[in-house]
Amino acid sequence: MAERPEDLNLPNAVITRIIKEAVSSSGGRGADERARGKQVLERQLCLPSVSSQLPDGVNISKEARSAISRAASVFVLYATSCANNFAMKGKRKTLNASDVLSAMEEMEFQRFVTPLKEALEAYRREQKGKKEASEQKKKDKDKKTDSEEQDKSRDEDNDEDEERLEEEEQNEEEEVDN
Amino acid sequence: MADAVVGKDKCGEQRLVSLPLSRIRVIMKSSPEVSSINQEALVLTAKATELFVQYLATYSYRHGSGKEKKVLTYSDLANTAEKSETFQFLTDILPKKILASKYLKMLKEEKREEDEENDNDNESDHDEAES
Repeated sequence: MAERPEDLNLPNAVITRIIKEAVSSSGGRGADERARGKQVLERQLCLPSVSSQLPDGVNISKEARSAISRAASVFVLYATSCANNFAMKGKRKTLNASDVLSAMEEMEFQRFVTPLKEALEAYRREQKGKKEASEQKKKDKDKKTDSEEQDKSRDEDNDEDEERLEEEEQNEEEEVDN
Repeated sequence: MADAVVGKDKCGEQRLVSLPLSRIRVIMKSSPEVSSINQEALVLTAKATELFVQYLATYSYRHGSGKEKKVLTYSDLANTAEKSETFQFLTDILPKKILASKYLKMLKEEKREEDEENDNDNESDHDEAES
């Protein structure tokens, strides 16, 4: 059975931030931040309506904020169930990105499709970058282990030196205390 | 952090997705018949939810009466759910507010209708018992 939407809440702080980036907030945020927020919004949404920016200094009532939060949870449920239909049509058990995109069209949120595709591209690039970075790290680590084995005998000598150094430092500290 | 997708850069670049993926996943999995969710689908759903929040907020503000006072109110949202086809799916969770007196009246009406139905059922039971 699906849980009641009230039990599946999204964090208020994040919801508030997202709303405020859409409907410019008053005080507390510098003009630069607001300007950047607007730029980001336009980049993310690519909506013609966004170009007619809302005036600054708009507030959101607590009630409205929590209502939007609930609406967001319901949206997730609706989108998931819709996406799931597409997955089942394709005889798949795992929801994938294209299912979500199809769901948006089905739900009449075509306006989201382009920004979502862009986000997907960015995400895939980032994942690729991460993978390459970790593979590089692994290569470096392997190289290091090889050279470490060669230096092992040299290291044992160094360890003795380090212990002596530490003792000297301790002696210094004791002197300072006195 | 496994949740954050593209953490904030040192220069403060917007992260790709702000909502916590773990929470989004919990909501998605609560949907019946959903077995597993690809990571990309999860990220896109989170992103879509953010877009939705922004859209709902700006739409409601522009079409609402809170505009005069530069505030987005609950009734702006309830109006949107009622009037806009796109947001119809929200009517149940964003009901319009009514006066308590009106609500009590409605409850009384419903109770009366229920009682009438029960009476009718009782009569038909009698008939069945006899035959």
